[in-house]
Amino acid sequence: MYVAVKGGEKAIAAAHRLLAERRRGDRAHPGITLKQIAEQLSLAVDRVMSEGSLYDRELAALAVKQARGDLVEAIFLLRAFRTTLPRFGVTEPLDTGAMRISRRISATYKDLPGSQVLGPTFDYTHRLLDFELAEEGDPNSVSAAGDPGDVDERVPRVVELLDHEGLIEKEEPDDPDRPVGDLTREPLGFPADRDVRLQNLARGDEGFLLALGYSTQRGFGSTHPFAGEIRMGQVSVELVPEELGFAVDIGDLTVTECEMINQFKGSATEPPQFTRGYGLTFGEGERKAMAMALVDRALRCRELGEEPSSPAQDEEFVLYHTDNVEASGFVQHLKLPHYVDFQGELVTVRELRAEARQRKTGT
Amino acid sequence: MRGYNFAYLDEQTKRMIRRAILKAVAVPGYQVPFGSREMPLPFGWGTGGIQVTASIIGADDVLKVIDQGADDTTNAVSIRRFFALTTGVRTTEETAEASIIQTRHRIPEKPLTADQILVYQVPIPEPLRWLEARETETRKMHALAEYGVMHVKLYEDIATHGRIATSYNYPVLVNERHVMAPSPIPKFDNPKMDHMPALQLFGAGREKRIYAVPPYTDVKSLDFEDYPFEKQTWEHACALCGSRDSYLDEVVTDDRGGRMFVCSDTDYCAERRDAGHVGTGAPVTYGADAAE
Repeated sequence: MYVAVKGGEKAIAAAHRLLAERRRGDRAHPGITLKQIAEQLSLAVDRVMSEGSLYDRELAALAVKQARGDLVEAIFLLRAFRTTLPRFGVTEPLDTGAMRISRRISATYKDLPGSQVLGPTFDYTHRLLDFELAEEGDPNSVSAAGDPGDVDERVPRVVELLDHEGLIEKEEPDDPDRPVGDLTREPLGFPADRDVRLQNLARGDEGFLLALGYSTQRGFGSTHPFAGEIRMGQVSVELVPEELGFAVDIGDLTVTECEMINQFKGSATEPPQFTRGYGLTFGEGERKAMAMALVDRALRCRELGEEPSSPAQDEEFVLYHTDNVEASGFVQHLKLPHYVDFQGELVTVRELRAEARQRKTGT
Repeated sequence: MRGYNFAYLDEQTKRMIRRAILKAVAVPGYQVPFGSREMPLPFGWGTGGIQVTASIIGADDVLKVIDQGADDTTNAVSIRRFFALTTGVRTTEETAEASIIQTRHRIPEKPLTADQILVYQVPIPEPLRWLEARETETRKMHALAEYGVMHVKLYEDIATHGRIATSYNYPVLVNERHVMAPSPIPKFDNPKMDHMPALQLFGAGREKRIYAVPPYTDVKSLDFEDYPFEKQTWEHACALCGSRDSYLDEVVTDDRGGRMFVCSDTDYCAERRDAGHVGTGAPVTYGADAAE
């Protein structure tokens, strides 16, 4: 006698126990600490903070640990926590011009005020596995690099230099009293304004943006970009509490900012000039910031009077598919039972086949 | 649950969702955009339904959660546990006992009453999505009630296959105005939506839309005069309870075409068996071997 499958509850509990065991790994080795993750896997933590939209190194490290190193899963964990947090206020815009710089490069000028600062970069490393790192503990060869010293004075942004000459489009500041869009409160609508687009890209999946940005370089919506400036360092976050009426410094963030400068031959409404694409991430997220700047510029086709013709310029296509928490959930929901619908399809296909057979034998 | 509000969402968020629900009830079948939140369960796994349930559930409610008609499928178990944990409300597997029923892919066989609310989990709320990928376009089409493209699609089915080949998520016209996706329920369940005494709420979390069918509202499955809507039928009765009126799941019993047909609604089937109904209990042979 067939008995319908029961015991989903028990199976789930057992699966969770197995997962906990796998996550911990061989208990002969000490468990990894949040400090170790935050310090030594800091770029994983940065990515989780960026796409998780929550700047908290410790919570991001916890998410990485709990997710067994699966960063998309960690981002999901952080987002689901973030959504429960109360909202205290809206900060003043970050002044990245006042950034305490750890890295700052420009590909458009050989030298410039504030100079080029390489900082802690993988660039120019030879990608050779360093077997000394395989040793337990700290290899002797690692010595303190010496404090690179933050570049203290205000370092002008490269686009400001072009601005003086009027060669680059004016950055029209928004009305400061106009509220900035927030996708976590209001669903995406179209056409989407640039504030909302940038928020969407900032939360978006690095891999997806990388591929889209790459596609613009290979001719699918070419934007002829130059890396005008990439800078990474610390910026102050300021808030104006209503009862005080003036800005108070409430902490520092490490951010990576990229400003792409793009050729623009002009349109019916705009003279020839350089145009901008913008990228910003929490922490050190240079690859993402650059990809984001490429995609931002591609998505500006409408306001610049360019004919959208490629995937990266297609607002609905890009903005609806950047979010890896949404994408991961929906792709993986295919694991859920669909046997009711499948049964419906079986009935339909059997009927269609029976009719086809009848038609064949009938004539 | 420590550190979290009743039903997980904060009260402001619940209020926002309830406002969207009220709007949805006021305009039956219209998709209301709402500020969908990340839930601790993945998008695509019922987050829309969960947010709707979380914003309407109270301490006195009795909750039933089904997936594919069954209370014991893993995701139904997971969602029921989520609410048991975050609200402490009583949960049930009995359709008649529940005040809120959250469902994925089915409507219970037992008719629902005016005291009940049916909450559907919706993956793609837009019935026109497969015909037009762009939201900007489909919103316009709804605004203008420009549904010709849907009728053309159904007509093309008939021209190609001799019948309408959609077996689930079969489009309906609500209140003679909006074409609506009933969520991926089998078309077998469509007639139950028409003039249902219970309030029907639809939540699509990832797509950030809520829509509703108020009690006793017209819900008509799209069709043509000469090709009227038809629901699925089976040659077999349920092997467990002998029902000939319920939606059946096909269970594979061996690798030579052996099949057993059993009710997809587990509560309905169990209640019938308790009342003394029995099926044959035997598998049937189906497929290539049996065809000739």
